[in-house]
Amino acid sequence: MKNSRENNLYIQDTTLRDGMHAIRHGYTLDQVRNIASALDSAGVNAIEVTHGDGLCGSSFNYGFGSHTDLEWVAAAAEVVKNAKLTVLLLPGIGTIDDLKAAYDAGARSVRIATHCTEADISKQHIEWAREAGMDVACLLMLAHMNEPEPFAQQAKLMESYGAHCIYVTDSAGALLMDGVVDRFKAMNDVLDNKTQTGMHAHNNLGLGIAFNILAIEQGATRIDGSLSGMGAGAGNAPLEVFVAVADKMGLPHGCNVFGLMDAADDLVRPLQDRPVRVDRETLSIGYAGVYSSFLRHAENAAKLYGIDTRDILVELGNRKMVGGQEDMIVDVALDLSKIRGTANGT
Amino acid sequence: MKNKVAIIGSGNIGTDLMIKILRTSDVLEISALVGIDPNSDGLGRAKSMGVATTADGIDGLAKMREFDDIEIIFDATSANAHAYHDKVARKNGKTIIDMTPAAIGPYVVPVVNLDQLIDAPNINMVTCGGQATIPMVDAVKKVVPVHYAEIVASIASRSAGPGTRANIDEFTETTSKGIEAVGGANLGKAIIVLNPAEPPVMMRNTVYVLSEDTEIEKIRKSIEEQVKKVQEYVPGYRLKQQVQFERIGDNTPIHIPGAGDYSGVKTSIFLEVEGAAHYLPKYAGNLDIMTSSALKTAERLTELRKAA
Repeated sequence: MKNSRENNLYIQDTTLRDGMHAIRHGYTLDQVRNIASALDSAGVNAIEVTHGDGLCGSSFNYGFGSHTDLEWVAAAAEVVKNAKLTVLLLPGIGTIDDLKAAYDAGARSVRIATHCTEADISKQHIEWAREAGMDVACLLMLAHMNEPEPFAQQAKLMESYGAHCIYVTDSAGALLMDGVVDRFKAMNDVLDNKTQTGMHAHNNLGLGIAFNILAIEQGATRIDGSLSGMGAGAGNAPLEVFVAVADKMGLPHGCNVFGLMDAADDLVRPLQDRPVRVDRETLSIGYAGVYSSFLRHAENAAKLYGIDTRDILVELGNRKMVGGQEDMIVDVALDLSKIRGTANGT
Repeated sequence: MKNKVAIIGSGNIGTDLMIKILRTSDVLEISALVGIDPNSDGLGRAKSMGVATTADGIDGLAKMREFDDIEIIFDATSANAHAYHDKVARKNGKTIIDMTPAAIGPYVVPVVNLDQLIDAPNINMVTCGGQATIPMVDAVKKVVPVHYAEIVASIASRSAGPGTRANIDEFTETTSKGIEAVGGANLGKAIIVLNPAEPPVMMRNTVYVLSEDTEIEKIRKSIEEQVKKVQEYVPGYRLKQQVQFERIGDNTPIHIPGAGDYSGVKTSIFLEVEGAAHYLPKYAGNLDIMTSSALKTAERLTELRKAA
């Protein structure tokens, strides 16, 4: 097993990507500049800037962004001096052409995300990114929906295409402690020693920081977090909290904890038009095991069709809907309203 | 007398199409199924159903005595292989219906633009998602100009073959282009999602159309009529929900980054496609709509050319 204490942690911020979900992809270019600049000064290794659903996520299905991905990336590139600029790409939504354009706008690292059973749709994108000289991390999403051994086999596929790092991506915030540990153990059994592993947590069951620590104990070197937890559902592991904990544990991370606290409270939390926290709705996401990004879409559909948000989320879980199937939220709301006789028929 | 056709590609698509022709077509007769693997299930199935086969690709087909009488060739192979198939077909004066993403010839969606392509030597079938959704974009476009159309196709993981998986960008790119070129939207966008749930999920397609403002009932009627037309050749094609409408006022326009601000009507259409289960299971509506559309294209071309 890898000895975590010998490895420097790689801190990947997600405020300007996963955080997009929390404000319906609405950052202004000035907000991107200010937040990216603060993160860079505070010493994070990488800053991810993209629509919440990755390159070209702007859509009816996921919500239109206030800007194009390229405008956001270019704004961050203006101010970032040390950190790597990262973009997210979901095969099936964004394409290699979109990644090329992001590279031209300044992105030097990409995270390529697929559902945890569908790694083979990422091959062409990983290969292109490696060819271009980019850093490539891969996210196996909704990690709770695949058992540890087959999960590790999917990680192995991504490694074979050229990924530098594979993440346990708990998109629903639905894993438990053993679930995290077992997935890292299974990956450690099959992955090359040179391949890094990482943790991307959602805090829906209140376990985000704990998962990051567990992952590090299993040899993970890349840790995701966002300022004030700004992210889908109950948010990611709050970065300033994680860094404070890492400090007290003596884990090497290279970040300034007070700088992160200030950025979290002064720049990010005031932007939340819906609080990012564990509450009835976000807890239901973790409890039902559905994609955290469904939150705000489900709340909208609930209002429009007179249904309870939680009922929609639970039904989406029953139907085993995966990331990207936001269109099924209204479909479920319509089915539920038919059963209850509240359909308005328009 | 029936018009003679051959199919290149003995995988899921080619085999399903062969069975459809044998079981349902009054217009077409299948002369040969062409593969490259003599042990493939598809070639075995063809032999047991009395269809001539070769495992030597299109060159093998060209040597068969059936070749001269064949008028239409379906290509159910891959984009890379298609270029050569196109060359051989053209040289021998055969029409080729391309089910790969190669798109050498114009896109066709039978209910939308087939009748304008009667003389085309090569016709491309877009994608499964395109065949399912472009008729809906066209249905709105018949009523009112369309600013933007977006489709989300979700299919069972089991129904996504290695070709689709190795080049998923081709799906999003080709479908987006088809939404614009055939559907008539000023701007098109396509998304595909694979769902691994067991039992496998039925193919679903959601179509969002942002158009100029008009009477909503006209759009609804046009969509319902178009669904009936598609059902004539894809019986498992249906509206899963009532069509949903939302008026977008000038004071709260939709901002599409990189394109501009738009008002009008947002139409949301929820479709389900159940396969006919000729060779592939019912959930694989994505594969069924592709083979059904290719079959319809060949049948209609045959009729049009006989009448001309």
